[in-house]
Formats: sequence, structure tokens, C-alpha cells
Amino acid sequence: MFENLTDRLEGVFKKLRGHGKLTEENIQDAMGEVRMALLEADVNFNVVKQFIATVTEKAVGVEVSQALSPGQQIIKIVHEELVALLGGNTEQIRLDGRQPVIIMMAGLQGSGKTTTSGKLARMLKEKGRRPYLVPADVYRPAAIEQLQILGGKIDVPVHPSTTETKPVDICRQAVAVARAKNYDTLIIDTAGRLHVDELLMGELKEIQAAIRPSEVLFVADAMTGQDAVTVAGKFNEDLEITGVVLTKMEGDARGGAALSIKNVTGKPIKFTGVGEGLDALEIFHPDRTASRILGMGDVLTLIEKAEAVVDKKKADKLINKLRQNTFTLEDFLDQIQQIKKMGSLEQIMAMIPGINKLKQLKDAPQPNEKELSKTEAIIRSMTRKERHNYAIINTSRRQRIASGSGTDVADVNRVIKSYSTMLKMMQKMRGKPGLITGQKRRKLPKGLRKN
Amino acid sequence: MLGWFKKKFGKKEEQIPAPDQEHLDQTEPDQAEPSLTGDISLEPPPLILEDTQEPPASIEPLPQTSSFSDLPKKEASPGKKSSSMFQRLSERLTKTKESLVYRIDTLFLGKKEIDKELLDDLEEILITADLGINTVQELLDEARRKLKRKELSDPQTLKKVLKEKIRSFITESDRPAELVMPDKGPFIIMVVGVNGVGKTTTIGKITHKFTNAGQSVLLVAADTFRAAAVAQLKIWGERNNVQVVSQHEGADPSSVVYDAMDIALAKNYDVVIVDTAGRLHTQVNLMEELKKIKRVIGKKIADAPHEVMLILDATTGQNAISQAKLFNATVDITGLTLTKLDGTAKGGIVVNICRELKIPIRFIGIGEQLEDLRDFDPNEFVEALFQEKEGR
Repeated sequence: MFENLTDRLEGVFKKLRGHGKLTEENIQDAMGEVRMALLEADVNFNVVKQFIATVTEKAVGVEVSQALSPGQQIIKIVHEELVALLGGNTEQIRLDGRQPVIIMMAGLQGSGKTTTSGKLARMLKEKGRRPYLVPADVYRPAAIEQLQILGGKIDVPVHPSTTETKPVDICRQAVAVARAKNYDTLIIDTAGRLHVDELLMGELKEIQAAIRPSEVLFVADAMTGQDAVTVAGKFNEDLEITGVVLTKMEGDARGGAALSIKNVTGKPIKFTGVGEGLDALEIFHPDRTASRILGMGDVLTLIEKAEAVVDKKKADKLINKLRQNTFTLEDFLDQIQQIKKMGSLEQIMAMIPGINKLKQLKDAPQPNEKELSKTEAIIRSMTRKERHNYAIINTSRRQRIASGSGTDVADVNRVIKSYSTMLKMMQKMRGKPGLITGQKRRKLPKGLRKN
Repeated sequence: MLGWFKKKFGKKEEQIPAPDQEHLDQTEPDQAEPSLTGDISLEPPPLILEDTQEPPASIEPLPQTSSFSDLPKKEASPGKKSSSMFQRLSERLTKTKESLVYRIDTLFLGKKEIDKELLDDLEEILITADLGINTVQELLDEARRKLKRKELSDPQTLKKVLKEKIRSFITESDRPAELVMPDKGPFIIMVVGVNGVGKTTTIGKITHKFTNAGQSVLLVAADTFRAAAVAQLKIWGERNNVQVVSQHEGADPSSVVYDAMDIALAKNYDVVIVDTAGRLHTQVNLMEELKKIKRVIGKKIADAPHEVMLILDATTGQNAISQAKLFNATVDITGLTLTKLDGTAKGGIVVNICRELKIPIRFIGIGEQLEDLRDFDPNEFVEALFQEKEGR
């Protein structure tokens, strides 16, 4: 049901391979698949309709290039268009102009406004600002207390609001306090409210008129479904929001709401919340989100992470070895150590396309750190000669290795088998452009390679 | 749908001459920790017995500003529906009615036959209700097949067939459709869900239902993670005049639950509701913690928790399926509650969840007040799915 869009498009285009141009007819089925993928990702029905029309227009007449299959070509166009729509570039929040700067948070109940306020305060404090947190949610039980606790954790002052005071008065008082105490950034945490609740929407307008915030951030849950357009549309209509924060992005939601909200409001998505910790706020990356919406996983983050850890020289050496087909068990060991450096296996797996769905299967193989250490121990128990030529590892050697590494012969067999399979795979891959050599990699759209 | 209330209530009728007496006895908390909070002087609910015999309560709208202390007793009296969900909704939304008018079935009016346009419009309505592309296509493909075989021709029948099909999806559950209370001992409810779906608020409202039916309720603050979560539950406890078991922030939730079970048994509580911290279903460690909480409950009281309730936000899209699956795999969900249905989201995703996991929907949340919790009515729900909203 949730196969990779890349695979599905390959299926559609099987017959088309080698044909010259994309025409309206031959991409029709492909667009059907793209539509499915977007709807599965919760992009709004009408936004999808519009998007498909735009992409079709752009795709028709495009020459299918030598390097890419038609399916890949379509994905490239779709991905590029999606990135462009999601923002093209990342936008920072505005901290210049009249001081103190006032940032107001608004959104539905439970979207994560209070947590985001705390995260934002922390981020700004690290940038050298002097933030002042203002709880203006007098309705939800203990909302004020929640922000006070968060403020305490990050050592940011919190306005002493009470539930007896009207939110608009709280905000006015807070601005006065900020001026007196020389705080330069106010973060107003308003109560969650429904977009159809005119009374409470009116309250937000009143606050906005009274203190004129320079940023009004609409906080939305990344898991939001089709209704995202209605909600975001109404908040934007009433408040003229200046940006969006997408929360709970650490889950497995495809995040189609991002596209819906961007489309209906036209306002940039500025941050994403990626965890419950107060440091879990990130700048929004349109390209990554685009891949995610298309169900292609967060390949770019993975690549970046790998790049940060993998020793460049070693990597070059490895590529050479792969080319010359001299990838030894020693190199295998090197790889394992580098993977370990990248973080827990679970974290890495989470970024690979399709894995999240796989994880839900009950008996799917779980990433196993222990196995990795076992493999490491086994290779370490081999002699240098054995590591360079695995063919010489006979039964008695296997027994020695097993007892040396505290494992069973079966474990040793498994390691050797997976290594030899890997070798075979590499032999197959050699010769195809852009796969192992890394030369063409950057030019391909993200998430496009089939392993 | 309120049968469970009646059942339990009937049993209770003879047993409790003055259910409040029990509470008045507990003037001092037994041990120093865990701390027991909540108002001890419970407002006696002696009127309940008469309440059930009264004719269906009036449909008068509840004043929006009603404070919690002076709730009209009749209004939320269980055992009967005071006003239908839509009446209630339209009361709440009168002001926005001009901009978001619900156009009921206009799609089918004035149409003599089923054409492509009608099917396309249907597709849009159902997809925008978050029913999911796969289910919608399946439904419409079947309709198209029937159309071809001439088993279907007029739009009204088509509508009926579709509604019937969807209703069958949500009513086919392999678990008891109503809350089943144990014959003896406290009825333990464990409430789970992702962050921000409304777990604590829902607990406040469920408590109100139980106390109204004359049951004694104990709340357990097992969300020791989120800032001020305990304080939030305590406020709901005060509003309902029930006790809340809690420890300090950051305490082990299992330990809170362990102590709470002791208290529940010692004090003979009828109902115990455990509030757990919101967690994303993909966080393996936190899901393991949930498993442990459930295990601890089961150790103290066999067969407990009797109800593991997953709270779902109606605004959530396709991800709700993933939530339900993973929570179900971890703690075996026995019932669902759909919150925030007072907005414009339809919550259609639950159709898929019910269909796949066969878990019954218990309640719907339609506001922030104590009485804004309704028993789930599949007919009303399906009708709402087919309504189209105007003025987007």
C-alpha cells in the first residue's frame, strides 16, 4: 500500500523505457501514481489537483535524458516542483525593526504551541537575545504553569500571568515589563482554539491590534489531515500570519499538511518541531520535506549525516577498492565502525525510505546493535591473511574464529555469507554510473537511486 | 450506546444509599506519599436516582460560559441524549454558520442519474473527510461495478449503499462495543495517545459522566513527563470533586500507578482512570514504558486494565492508522475516542482504523467543557461524513 513512489513509477513506465519524449498520454498513469502518493501523504484534495495540473504541464514535452529512466525523470520534476512550492529557500524569523520584537504563537488545541514557545525561547537565547515568555492561555488548565516550568528549565523569565486577567491585558502588561526590564524578544503563547470559534478568534485579533507582533506564527501538527487547509486558511485570513511552525515531525507522518498549509496561506514554514526536548526545533528544509511527502524518506539527512562522519580519505580509498574489487573483510570492519559512529542503528534506519512501514510489521528484523558488535568481534578474531582472502577460511579456521570471538560457528558463517553477498552485489553495481563512484551522485534528485 | 451506564447503574441502585458517605470518611489521606489531592467534601449526588426516571432532558443549550461548579444537573445526565450532536454543534457554531454552512446532500438533490461528475464529487467529499484514498477508491470502484451491472442506477440508492458500507466498517468490531465493567473491584481505564490529542481533557469529561452516574472515581496522574501535566489533571479532579493520585514531576509512571492501585483497592473506588503521557507511536522506548505501566496494573489487579482507550484527534490524517496500529500492538487497545469533532475536520480516518483493527469507538469529544463528550453514534457519524462544507 505504501510502496516507494519511485518503484511504483518504474512499474508504470516499464513499457516506456527508451522512448524519447514525455507526452500527456504516457504520463497519465504516472500522474495517477503521484496523485495517490500525495493523497496518502495527506496533501489536501484540491491542492493535489492543482499540483498535478502544474506538473503535467511542466512534464509534457520533456526529453527523457540518457541517465534517467522516465520514472526517475517524473520524480525529478515532481520533486523540484514540490520543493519550489514548499518554500524554495528557508526563511528566518524577523528580529530586526522595532524592539522589543514580539512573536505571537497561534493554532489549534494540542498543536504544540507551548512546547514550541519554550523551544523558540531557548533557540533565541542561544543567539544572544533576551527572550521573555508570556503565557496568555487562561483557559486550558495549568497551561500557565506549563510555560513557567519550561521557562525555568531554560532559565528564561516568564511573565507572571494569572487566569483572572484577560489575555489582551496580560500581553499589554508583558510588553511594559519587557520594556522596563530590557527584554528584547517577547514570545506570546496563546490558548489553542478552533478556527470556527469566532469569540476566541476575535480575542487573538484584539491581542494583535493591541501589541502589534512582528511575527505571528501558526503552529500546526504535521499529522494534520485534509482539514489543514480550512484551519490554516482561517487563521491566515483573521490574523495575517507571518509564518508556520510544523510540529511533531519526528513521527512517521508524511507531512502533506506542510504543502496544504503553504499552498493556502502562501506563508513560509519557518521551523519544524522534531521532539519533546527543548532543543528539538529545526529550521525547515523544503527539500527533505518534499522527499518525505513523496514517501522517499529523509535520504538527504542520511547522506549529510554520513558525510559528516565518514572520513573523506577513507571514503575515497573505499571507492577505489570497490572499483578494483578489492573490498576486504578489513574494509567491512571499517564500515561497521563508521556506521556505529553515525548514531544508533534505529536512528539511521528511521531515515531510510520505506523503513517506517517495515518497522510496523511485527516480525520484521529489528536493528540489532548486538549483532553489529558480534560481527566486529568475529572479524577481529581473524588473521590478517583471512581478512584479505575470505576463501581460505575453512572449517577449522571457522571454529578457531568462533571460539576466539566467543560466538558460534553459525555466527561466523553468517558474517562470511553476508560479506560474500555484499561482494557480489558490488560487482553487479560496478559499471553503472552514479552508483558507487559517487561522481554523478549529486546531480540526481534525492532519493532517486534504487540502492 | 449508553447501555453500560444503565447496566452498572441498575446494579448500583440498591447498593449505595449515599455514595458520598464513603468519600466523607476519607478525611485524611492515609499515607504521606503519594500525595492525594482533590476536594474531599464531595457534593452529594442524591438526585441521580430520580434522574434516570426523568423524561429525556430538555434540549436547551448549555450556556457557553457556565462555570463548572454550578452545572445544571440534568444537562449531562447519562442514560439519554440531551441533544443530538448536531444540535449541540450548531449551537456552538452559530456565529460561523454564515461562512461554513453545512450543505446536506445537495449533491444528491436534483440528480436523476449517476454520472462521472457525481462520482468525482463523491470522491472529493470522502477524501476531504480523511477517509483515505484507498478506501475511497475501493468504495467507488464497487459502486462503478454495480452501476455497470445495472444493479444501481439512482443517486439515492447509491448514497444509501455507500453509507451502509461505511457503517458496516465502523460497527464491525471484535471487541465488546460497550464498556464492560467488572463484577467486582474497581473498573480500570488506561488512557493513551500521541501528544496533544486531548487525553487529559477527555479524562476530565469521562470522570464527569461517571460521577454523574454515582460512581466514585480516582484519577491517576501517570504523565510525569510533560511540564504541568499533573497540575492539569488535578484541576480536572477539582472540577469533578474527585481525588487525584500523583507524585512529583519526573517520577516513574509505573510507580505512580502501583501506588494508585493500592489506594483504589483499599478505598473501594468504582472507577480508576490512568492518564499517561502523550507519546509518538514511533518512539520505541516510550512505548515500552507504556507496556510496563499496563503490566504493573495487571499485577495489582487481575484482568486490569479493563479498558485501554486510545484517544485520536479528528484533525489527524492518514497517520492515525499508524498510531492505532502501533499502540494496539503495544498495549491492545479496547476502545477509541475521537476528539475535536467540533471543528471542521470529519475524522474519517477512524473508518479505516475500525475496519482494520476492529476496535469500537466509544466517545466523541466536541468541546472543552465537562459535558462535551458524547457517546459515539455510527449513524450520525456517517451522515456527517457525507456533508459537504461550503465557503472554503
